[in-house]
Amino acid sequence: MSDSQQLDADRIRTLLESEGDEIKENTRLFNTERYDAVKAVGEGAHEDNRSQARAIKEDAIERLPELINRTREAVEANGGTVYVADDAEDANRYIAEVADNVDADSVVKSKSMTTEEMDLNEALEADGLDVWETDLGEFVIQVAEEVPSHIVGPSLHKSREEITKLFEEEFDPDEPLDSAEKLTAFAREYLGECIDDAEVGVTGANFVIAESGSIALVTNEGNARKCASIPDTHVAVAGIEKIIPSIAELEPFAELISRSATGQDIPQYLSLLTPPVDTPAIGFDGRDEPHFGNGDADRDFHLVLLDNGRREMREDDDLRETLYCIRCGACANSCSNFQSVGGHAFGGETYTGGIATGWEAGIESNDVAAEFNDLCTGCSRCVNACPVKIDIPGINTVVRDRINRGKDPGFDDVLVDGLVPDEEEPGTPLRKRFFGNFETVARIGSATAPLSNAVASTGLARKAMESVLGIDARRDLPEFRRTTLREWAASREPRVADPERRVALYPDVYTNYVRAERGKAAVRVLEALDCEVVVPDVGGSGRAPLSQGMIATAEKKAETVAASLLTYVEDGYDVVAVEPSDLAMFRREYEKLLPEAAYERLDGNSYEVLEYAYGLLENGADSDVLPAGDGDGVAYHSHCQQRTLGLEGYTEAVLERLGYDVLTSDVECCGMAGSFGYKSEYYDLSIDVGETLADQFEEAAAERTVIASGTSCMEQLDSLLSPGTRHPVELLDPERR
Amino acid sequence: MSTGSVEQFQQSLSRLDTASTAVVPDELASTVADLIEPPAVGAELPFDGLSLADAPVTLDPSPSRLREAVTGVSGSRMGIASLGTVAVESRAEGDEFVALYPERHVVVVRASDLRTDLSDAFGWLRAEFEADRQSFILATGPSSTGDMGALVQGVHGPEEVHVIIVRDNE
Repeated sequence: MSDSQQLDADRIRTLLESEGDEIKENTRLFNTERYDAVKAVGEGAHEDNRSQARAIKEDAIERLPELINRTREAVEANGGTVYVADDAEDANRYIAEVADNVDADSVVKSKSMTTEEMDLNEALEADGLDVWETDLGEFVIQVAEEVPSHIVGPSLHKSREEITKLFEEEFDPDEPLDSAEKLTAFAREYLGECIDDAEVGVTGANFVIAESGSIALVTNEGNARKCASIPDTHVAVAGIEKIIPSIAELEPFAELISRSATGQDIPQYLSLLTPPVDTPAIGFDGRDEPHFGNGDADRDFHLVLLDNGRREMREDDDLRETLYCIRCGACANSCSNFQSVGGHAFGGETYTGGIATGWEAGIESNDVAAEFNDLCTGCSRCVNACPVKIDIPGINTVVRDRINRGKDPGFDDVLVDGLVPDEEEPGTPLRKRFFGNFETVARIGSATAPLSNAVASTGLARKAMESVLGIDARRDLPEFRRTTLREWAASREPRVADPERRVALYPDVYTNYVRAERGKAAVRVLEALDCEVVVPDVGGSGRAPLSQGMIATAEKKAETVAASLLTYVEDGYDVVAVEPSDLAMFRREYEKLLPEAAYERLDGNSYEVLEYAYGLLENGADSDVLPAGDGDGVAYHSHCQQRTLGLEGYTEAVLERLGYDVLTSDVECCGMAGSFGYKSEYYDLSIDVGETLADQFEEAAAERTVIASGTSCMEQLDSLLSPGTRHPVELLDPERR
Repeated sequence: MSTGSVEQFQQSLSRLDTASTAVVPDELASTVADLIEPPAVGAELPFDGLSLADAPVTLDPSPSRLREAVTGVSGSRMGIASLGTVAVESRAEGDEFVALYPERHVVVVRASDLRTDLSDAFGWLRAEFEADRQSFILATGPSSTGDMGALVQGVHGPEEVHVIIVRDNE
């Protein structure tokens, strides 16, 4: 997005229309192939590789200065040169000098995101050189004068028909280029001559091996092999973070990189090159001379290692793990928003997808990251997809917090500052503080219901909310309940005399103030399964402020909630949550918000309600006390964060045990994602994402009960199908009998 | 290091749309001749007792011959049975060019050089690196791209790969 444009509703709508279809088809194909490939190799083996890869990257970044020195020694001992460039300009200047020294007229390149980051092509062209991208996707982008829309597939937003039109206009070929085969043949021929004629070949490096001074390149087309071997001068460009100690450490990455990127067990070509290589230099001047033209040229190798902000990222506790990224694009492919809108919206100057926020904040600025950071909803579907276990939503949240804090406070902010009970600095955008403090809104809304609901739904109120807070008027607002779950529970007598287990049912903000019926159902189900159930007087988990990048507020909430819930845990209670996004706070996000001991204790003693019911049934509880499914059909959408925790299977298992016929969705996220779908500029995107889910359920919904675990998912399904989406626990409610 | 099975290697190759033929050493010359579509270039095999000297290929070709060649023949000192992968070594004999320019790549690998899987192959690679042989392409199937709107084989590298597996004389 170097022609940086404000990411407003119009821009998103335009991209959904112009690029959405191709992006959807291609990213979802990559994503499906990744799942299949991981399944084929075995989850256990894949996890082992991820753990090893993570440990290797942590160690390598820790030892980076030493590894840079070792790389330099090894490359120089082999006869090559290492240049560590401070920034893009420095690197470009060096490469231009290398080209100048060999009197180059033209340079051929294989795919390299690092050179995209440097704008190397523009720099070399300004020096009068012809520069050719030889990766076909990059070539398409170069001809179209666009920027990549995806880290791995730079042109995957373009259809074959668009490429045909583009090439026929640009090259005026004798034969029409009306198939992928003809386009490929044309590009091979055209670029093949460019490669033979070029004096300098530039490649990236997926990995740099310090001990031997080698580079590893992952490609499918063979162009990197040509760029590295045909021109006499080879320049490899890599970020300093690409260094690993030795060939031994490459193994888990060789397993992971293509599987994560495109679902391949191994790329077509995994090049391990220790330049200057023994392959003879081709002497094209002696075109009929044997031995490849009997040229007398020596091979010349330069390794350019780019800093460009990486050393500072290494010192930054929150951004450091960005440096472990191996640029596979799995975080983009597994992201619902990315699948709809692609990297021309969900990306910065160079990088695209979930991890782009970390890269752009580190190498460019928070301002560049701010252009697209809000497209990460924190759904966490990328977390398990990432081959090096980077907490991508965590990085997005930290950068969002930094962006919030960077804003200058206006008069409104000072006014709001006194009214909201958060820990944020004035300047944090008003809308973020509204959504981040939703608990306060809900408390007041509930205390004044139903008047509050009636007032909020008037046209005037909706207009005001849209203009001041950017809440899209097309969305239904949550209706607050006058009687909260906590109040209802407090008014009841204990029902179970001799309980098997004791449960503290966590009253998340939505279940307490809005969706009280699912909380009541949860209480009755657990009681029917012989549990004593209390609903503690405890507030929000911090999910709402965390999603707005209000980390200090979330931390405060986490401390308060954990202090309260842990007293129950000490007394022998299990913590059970209805809302998966809050459970994910306890089991995932609190790791970064709480002291280790408190996090571990809460993590180890908290459960999703159907996960807990499953455990009770497995341990002898009588399922006959719950209403039977009798073969009824349900269409079940699990919650994104619930799936990341690996918990959706419990709901399926319990429902099947009760006799339901369960159809489960396979989309990554419903698209609502808390406050995201309410925001005016993201409304169309949210609906676009949700329609994939709605399409999966549309036919089934006629015969099946639609159920969803998350509040947001319920809202999205209600608005896209028809109102009446239930939480699974409501089907288990003994009062349904 | 364990040895991968010829059968598994051939199964993996067939999944990659890559043909293979298992032969005994005496059959190599005729098999190479059968699989060549002329003109052909080659890089002398890196094995004692197996040579392309009598095969209808130009060794050490000129740049023109290289560009005109339809078939390139080279050897691989390692194959991965579970993946159908071969190793193209960066040697002075020009294996890389022979394996890269022509549309058809015919690779000769010895059955005794097959490794079971990638992990086993890395054992071999580590040993090679220690012995200072440190430049290889692990090549798996023909070159391919999806960048032009559909999956196409034969981009900058070969469109077709044929592997000859040489078993020991029985």
